[in-house]
Amino acid sequence: MPTSTKSETTDVPAPPPTLRRAIARFQKVCTPYFFVAPAALVLLCLLGVPIILVVTYSFVERAITNPDFTFIGVDNYIAVLTDPRFHEALLHTAVFTVGSVVAHLILGLLFAHILNSRYIPSKLRTVLRSLFIVPWLFTIAATAVLWRLILQPNGVLNQLLVALGVPAQGTEWLADLQLAMPTVIAVNIWAGYPLFMISLLAGLQSISPELYEAASIDRAGKIKQFLHVTVPQLWPTIISLALLDAIWTSQQFPLIWLLTGGGPVTATEVVPTYIYKTAFSRYEFAEASAAAVVILLISLILVAFYVHKVNRMNREEF
Amino acid sequence: MMSDIDRRQRTNTATATLTTAHNPSATGSRRRGPLVKRERSDRRKTWMMSIIGVLLLAFPLGPVLWMVSTAFKPNSEVFTSPPQLIADNPTLVAFANILFDPEKLRIFGNSYLVATSTVILTLLLAVHASYAFSRFEFPGKRIVNVCIIATQAVPPITLLIPFLGLIVLAGLFNSYAGLILVYIVFTLPYCTIMLTAYFNGVPKELDESVKVDGGNAFTALWRVIIPVSGPGLVSVGVYAFIIAWNEYLFALSLTNTIDMRLVPIGIDLLMGQHAYQWNEIMAMSILGCLPVILVFGIFQKYVVAGLGAGAVKG
Repeated sequence: MPTSTKSETTDVPAPPPTLRRAIARFQKVCTPYFFVAPAALVLLCLLGVPIILVVTYSFVERAITNPDFTFIGVDNYIAVLTDPRFHEALLHTAVFTVGSVVAHLILGLLFAHILNSRYIPSKLRTVLRSLFIVPWLFTIAATAVLWRLILQPNGVLNQLLVALGVPAQGTEWLADLQLAMPTVIAVNIWAGYPLFMISLLAGLQSISPELYEAASIDRAGKIKQFLHVTVPQLWPTIISLALLDAIWTSQQFPLIWLLTGGGPVTATEVVPTYIYKTAFSRYEFAEASAAAVVILLISLILVAFYVHKVNRMNREEF
Repeated sequence: MMSDIDRRQRTNTATATLTTAHNPSATGSRRRGPLVKRERSDRRKTWMMSIIGVLLLAFPLGPVLWMVSTAFKPNSEVFTSPPQLIADNPTLVAFANILFDPEKLRIFGNSYLVATSTVILTLLLAVHASYAFSRFEFPGKRIVNVCIIATQAVPPITLLIPFLGLIVLAGLFNSYAGLILVYIVFTLPYCTIMLTAYFNGVPKELDESVKVDGGNAFTALWRVIIPVSGPGLVSVGVYAFIIAWNEYLFALSLTNTIDMRLVPIGIDLLMGQHAYQWNEIMAMSILGCLPVILVFGIFQKYVVAGLGAGAVKG
């Protein structure tokens, strides 16, 4: 840039006195902190402080309801960790999470493949992509009420199934002990697969066609191409998506709360609904805090895994 | 056999442009027969794949269609047997009941206010933090960065109990400010990561030129970087808007009067009111999802790119 070099040579100031140099250096060192400070402060106050608080509550007798802090050690944790309802909630959370993530991945891959097909005209592909994303944009509350309508015993789903010859008259999808969990998972699958689809589609589009050509020259069929070209190429995306989705799904509250409220009985009780009920129905804030810390730790382990993976992949990339 | 043809096609079409470009007449005459056949089979595949793609739309759109259909029915026709996609007496009464109810309108207004404020404040904070992450090396940068990534993992339910305490203590219970503060916590980490990735793609020479002209980093950011970062800011803004508009747990717990409720709670509350007016519930849901769908639809290009950047680069 000719102009910049010119002004540099003409404007070079005389060597500043030590004080000015010190100020300049101070400014230089501090500048980034000035920029980061507002965001860091907000996160510290609104995230750091609450986390410290919730950990504190978890070691206190009858937190919030009891005005003076009486530390009782790990009693709250013992109470939670020996509560069979908490074990059940953990198990349900695991089932809900694994079921959702696996199905999100499969559906996401399937739809991404279709959207990436060179046989579909590109205009149609754009339209399809936009429409396939729609469920993901729904407010969870809307998703929940919509499916409650569809899944009514006399609702449209049962009527369609009956028309297809399935004896589904009056099936109470959300009120049946056996069916409730699979149904909730199915709704979550419907609501969440587009994130996978979009990201995997981007991944597919970035795979070099030469790899497929090489594979087809080696007489590799469609399935072999998928297993030996597509999957390895998408693997980094798949891993990070699956971990992120696992983190988010294991924290899912509103969908389950609005569909079943954790019921029937405790058939769909997951850790977030368990914590919510412990806090706001039983007013056991200390126990709820202990459970909240447990789920925080589980999430942090998943995130540590995620950060580790992503860091390694980024390093390999360069 | 099928795969055989398929494979040949792949290699052929891939190399077709090259060969024809070099020697069009030779390729044309030698390969006319197979070409015609291939074209026909290509057309058949186009039809087949297109039809499969359109049929699969039933999965995402079937339920949505039912939602729209129900919203235009009188409530007495919601459960008919056999189910009807278009009611005998289609009506706008459900939408009218929502749109002419000041209570509901206020709920929509609340959501717009909270979501827009969240977007503006998130952008203000994220722009500065991202600029520092993108342009400076400073002690502690890595730790702060890892912390920001880790914050995304904090389950909302973990924050609920202490947050409720803090908000009540600060006198912000049942106020817009309380909600906006929470939503910033949810949007800020990911937005910072996304914007940092975007700023990394903006040439560093741009800020250098400002500094040479005597401007400091702040001027560089506001006069040069922000004006050229439209797409990045848009994608971050849309993301923050969607998060704030759709949030449920805190909207439920940090407010307690109908005049302070947000849309997701408004939808939920309809379920509890007068014996299941399904048409009104669906109308409210449609109106409640529309802003997000519109915002996403308009800015889709930027948002999809931004999401990808954030999800993979972390």
